Amino acid sequence: MKHMTEEELIAYKEGVAAQRAVIAQHLAACQECRAELERIEAVLAALDTLPVPNPGDDYGRHVWQQIAPRLPERPARWWQEWFEFKRLGTLGAVAALLVVAFFAGRFTPRGPKVDVVATPEQIRERILVVAVGDHLSKSEMFLVELSNAQPNSSFGKLVNISAEQRRAEDLLEENRLYRQTALQEGDKVMANTLDELERFLLDVANSPDEVTPAQLEKIRQKIEARGILFKVRVVGRELQERQKATKHAPAQSDSTKIERNKA
Amino acid sequence: MIRMQPSVENTRTIADSDAVAVERTLAGDRDAFRVLVERHSHNVFRLAYRMTRNRPDAEEVVQEAFLRAYQKLGKFEARANFGTWVYRIAANYAIDRMRQRNKEEARKMEPAVHEEGAENDPVALVHDAAPTPERLTQNTELRKQMEIALAALSHSERTAFVMRHWEGCAIEEIAAVLKSSSGAAKNTVFRAVQKLRLALQPFVGRGTQARAMGTDL
Repeated sequence: MKHMTEEELIAYKEGVAAQRAVIAQHLAACQECRAELERIEAVLAALDTLPVPNPGDDYGRHVWQQIAPRLPERPARWWQEWFEFKRLGTLGAVAALLVVAFFAGRFTPRGPKVDVVATPEQIRERILVVAVGDHLSKSEMFLVELSNAQPNSSFGKLVNISAEQRRAEDLLEENRLYRQTALQEGDKVMANTLDELERFLLDVANSPDEVTPAQLEKIRQKIEARGILFKVRVVGRELQERQKATKHAPAQSDSTKIERNKA
Repeated sequence: MIRMQPSVENTRTIADSDAVAVERTLAGDRDAFRVLVERHSHNVFRLAYRMTRNRPDAEEVVQEAFLRAYQKLGKFEARANFGTWVYRIAANYAIDRMRQRNKEEARKMEPAVHEEGAENDPVALVHDAAPTPERLTQNTELRKQMEIALAALSHSERTAFVMRHWEGCAIEEIAAVLKSSSGAAKNTVFRAVQKLRLALQPFVGRGTQARAMGTDL
């Protein structure tokens, strides 16, 4: 009989197991796994005894008294935020750019007229391809640098990776957005690659600011073991090809995506 | 899980009442926001305390969460649940506070002599602080071990564990706070429990024996 893994048992206990019924069925028949689950439950039950102080019945009133003097007269409506002083500068800059682009377009000599007119979907696809391609290039560079990083301190001393953490955090923000977009677009290959990249970036972002050379080595091993760099490179190259292809050709059809997902 | 689960009807009534309070606040009635603060402060405090593991930080998180909620109230979607929303704001701020606290403490600490591969390893840290068997039978010692084990988790692991195990939050809620995918959030919950287990199992066994002998945990 194949036993449940620790991950499956923890997921079961925490109520996040994908195949809950299957695990429950196995547990009913397997004493060994039941015993393992009980050991996990014992640790969690001990943790449940940790007390949380009671802040008192009038705690809500106390919080209100503390924050009330610091509250603005009324909260801003979402559209009001667009007219904040800081944003007005950005809006002005964007408007100026549009004006410049308009006049540049009017006075630039035109080449031979091209019959192909891009649809909004094609334009969106092109923007996405360029943006995700850029993100993957940055991620690839980050992974390469991390793979080749040499500890700049003597043996056994801690290595400061706070700069890498900040880069990982920045990449995480973008990565999340592109992963969600890839999912919405039904591009499973891209979504899976970005998902794996995200897990790794999250690991780096949540590492201690300073790590030992051994821990740094573990981080490098993760890149290698999961083949993240390779996958990022493959998808990145593919995007470059798509970028070239979409310059003069219609946007990638759904059937092409389905073919890629199958592959 | 310890989170108190109100009945479906109660939840709906509170949510409806929250929605009215939000609308009134947006219309300029500050006292309506007071209702929201008084209603949700205890829950937010519990989450904040479990994440930060100390009362002053937890209280700061609660105040900051409500201040931020007020400032961002215009972005709050009427269909959403105010309690969940403010929870998310609090969890995000608690992570920032934990990071800040770690940096402050790192600055205060003297540079220590490290052994290759052992430093910053949460499990090694816990085992380094392992008390003698005599002390293990004491309730306070087990608690101390649990605090050490929780403190040794990364910020995202602690957040994921607190939100899932103690607060009963959905994986999607946790993923939103961690800015990760649901799969990654689930994995973070697993890693947290695995680390806690690795660190505490030897002590919990003895604690159980102590309980059997009539000593409370």
